[in-house]
Amino acid sequence: MKKIIKYVIIDILRSRIVIGFTLFLLLLSTSVFLLEDNSAKGILSLLNVVLIVVPLVGILFSSIYVYNSAEFLELLVSQPLRRRSIWLSIFLGLSVSLTLSFLVGAGLPILFFESSATGLLMVISGALLINIFVAIALLITSLVRDKAKGIGVVMLLWLYFSLLFDGIILFLVFQFSEYPLEKALIGVIALNPIDLSRILILLKMDVSALMGYTGAIFKDFFGTPFGIIFSAISLFIWIVIPVWLSVRRFNKKDL
Amino acid sequence: MARTFGRVIILFFLFSAFVKNTFAITIVVDAKGAVSTITRAFEIANNGDTVIVKEGVYKEGNLTINKSITFLAKGKVTLDGQHKYEVLSIKASNVWIEGFTLINSGVSSIVDMGGIKVYEVKNVTIKNNVLIDCFFGIYIQHGKNCVIKGNTVTAHTKIEQDNGNGIHGWKSDSLLILKNTVSGHRDGYYLEFVTNTTILNNISENNLRYGLHFMFSHGNFYINNSFINNGAGVAVMYSRAVKMYNNHFSKNWGDASYGLLLKELNDSYIEGNEFENNTVGIFADGATRVEVRKNIFRQNGWAVKMQANCMDMHLENNNFIANSFDIGTNGSLVLNTLKKNYWDKYEGYDLNKDNIGDIPFRPVSLFSMIIEQSPPAMILFRSFMASLLDKTEKILPSITPEGLKDEMPLMKPNKL
Repeated sequence: MKKIIKYVIIDILRSRIVIGFTLFLLLLSTSVFLLEDNSAKGILSLLNVVLIVVPLVGILFSSIYVYNSAEFLELLVSQPLRRRSIWLSIFLGLSVSLTLSFLVGAGLPILFFESSATGLLMVISGALLINIFVAIALLITSLVRDKAKGIGVVMLLWLYFSLLFDGIILFLVFQFSEYPLEKALIGVIALNPIDLSRILILLKMDVSALMGYTGAIFKDFFGTPFGIIFSAISLFIWIVIPVWLSVRRFNKKDL
Repeated sequence: MARTFGRVIILFFLFSAFVKNTFAITIVVDAKGAVSTITRAFEIANNGDTVIVKEGVYKEGNLTINKSITFLAKGKVTLDGQHKYEVLSIKASNVWIEGFTLINSGVSSIVDMGGIKVYEVKNVTIKNNVLIDCFFGIYIQHGKNCVIKGNTVTAHTKIEQDNGNGIHGWKSDSLLILKNTVSGHRDGYYLEFVTNTTILNNISENNLRYGLHFMFSHGNFYINNSFINNGAGVAVMYSRAVKMYNNHFSKNWGDASYGLLLKELNDSYIEGNEFENNTVGIFADGATRVEVRKNIFRQNGWAVKMQANCMDMHLENNNFIANSFDIGTNGSLVLNTLKKNYWDKYEGYDLNKDNIGDIPFRPVSLFSMIIEQSPPAMILFRSFMASLLDKTEKILPSITPEGLKDEMPLMKPNKL
């Protein structure tokens, strides 16, 4: 298993796309911090990068990688290796290398220019998000055989998590504005890892606004140790469940 | 004859002045001395005398001063109200009180008991006292020309009904409140029907309700005070001609908390203040002809919430930096003006390099209007969806108030 992970990692880290992604992140985050006169604005611009670009690259790159290594997978399956460990090594290889590239590209500049709790939280949630979207990509690739269709599904999912889900929430908020929605929304928000990470970062970044009416309810929940544990567990579940489902699927899959 | 009579009169006046000076004495209160209680000292004292109290704890119930005396503490003198009495009542003009520690006044819902309470007199100076756990701290009722300087007033009760105000003024005129610190009371400073008063260099922190609260108090100055972490910040209500300069408002956090609440305030000036980390920096409700100039708003949830019922408010030369929302409002009517402010969210350009942006800045975002209508939408704050909505609104304004804009936004912060 270690050997497969090693090969996958080396293979990915050598690919031009990952190097390009790292350099892009590095350039973007450094220039954002250098251009803005206060680092609070820099971190705000990077919030969108972490919440939108990082999941997109994570999910797209992983799915294309798995589709492209279909022959490699077939070769591995023909060897005396357990399917479970082959699939998990692919996941770990992808997740380690992409996390590494995120940490070098965005993590280092953030921690260098904004070494506060907000910065740290942003790096941690970015790293978790990239892993979550690698996991989702693996689930889709294990379910959908056709490459074009698979990438289409993956793109749709990304769009759903980053935009459509929020649209639905906004719709619900307006439709049910007569009801006390605050508590229900906390539960609903856990269904979207991007929103969950956003709220966690906001609790450090916009704490003054979040102390206002309603905001205080989110603060009272997510700001407490219980809330932080709840969100951490939710984010981990978002990694574990897709990976587990995809392993089950891959075990039975006719390659 | 008339001449002699005149001489006699003059002599008489000279003599009486002489007598007065000679007999202005100093009485020393000492547990082991001739005068062992403060009550006794007050009995034998005459106008103009000085009473000096030696170190110790004195539990004498209520102490009432009804002569014009100077009342001084030597060392640490504690006057204990034993949770039953008003500690010190002042019912004479020209009284000077300095250096005492007053503790544990009584708590009552019928009488407003104070640590030090001034009743309908003039020229009282209350200086460098420490008041701990008194119901009301220093209470001036119908006072005039009183000076309250360098006192520290602290309370620990958490129940609002059992906790009065730190420094309380009622129907008074020309007070000078200087360099005091109040913490843990209901309102730090409370003024009602108080006029021509100056509040300078005070600190008000961790009070249960307002740091400073004043109603129907006209023509007062508030300069260089700090209001930190109070239950609901500072409230200025039903007053006019108030001048607030160089104050510092910070960490007033909560769902109904403001740095500064303006309720029916008219003809006033708010200049050079600093608003930092408040849920709402200034909340203006029914304010008229208020000049807000040269203030700094930093890292507030809402820098300014201006309700549509405000009229002729002018926001000029302020700096808005790193606030979650710059301006919030609840309607489309705008009777106020914004000019030459610096907004860190401004994205315009300046072709003629005169430091004034060429396109107007609209500080009210669509998303802040959405939150105003439906607060739970706050959960979408800073999401991709919300920023898309804001961008579309910037290009085609439809919901945000058309008139609420800064025609001359600055490219660089005002130097304050």
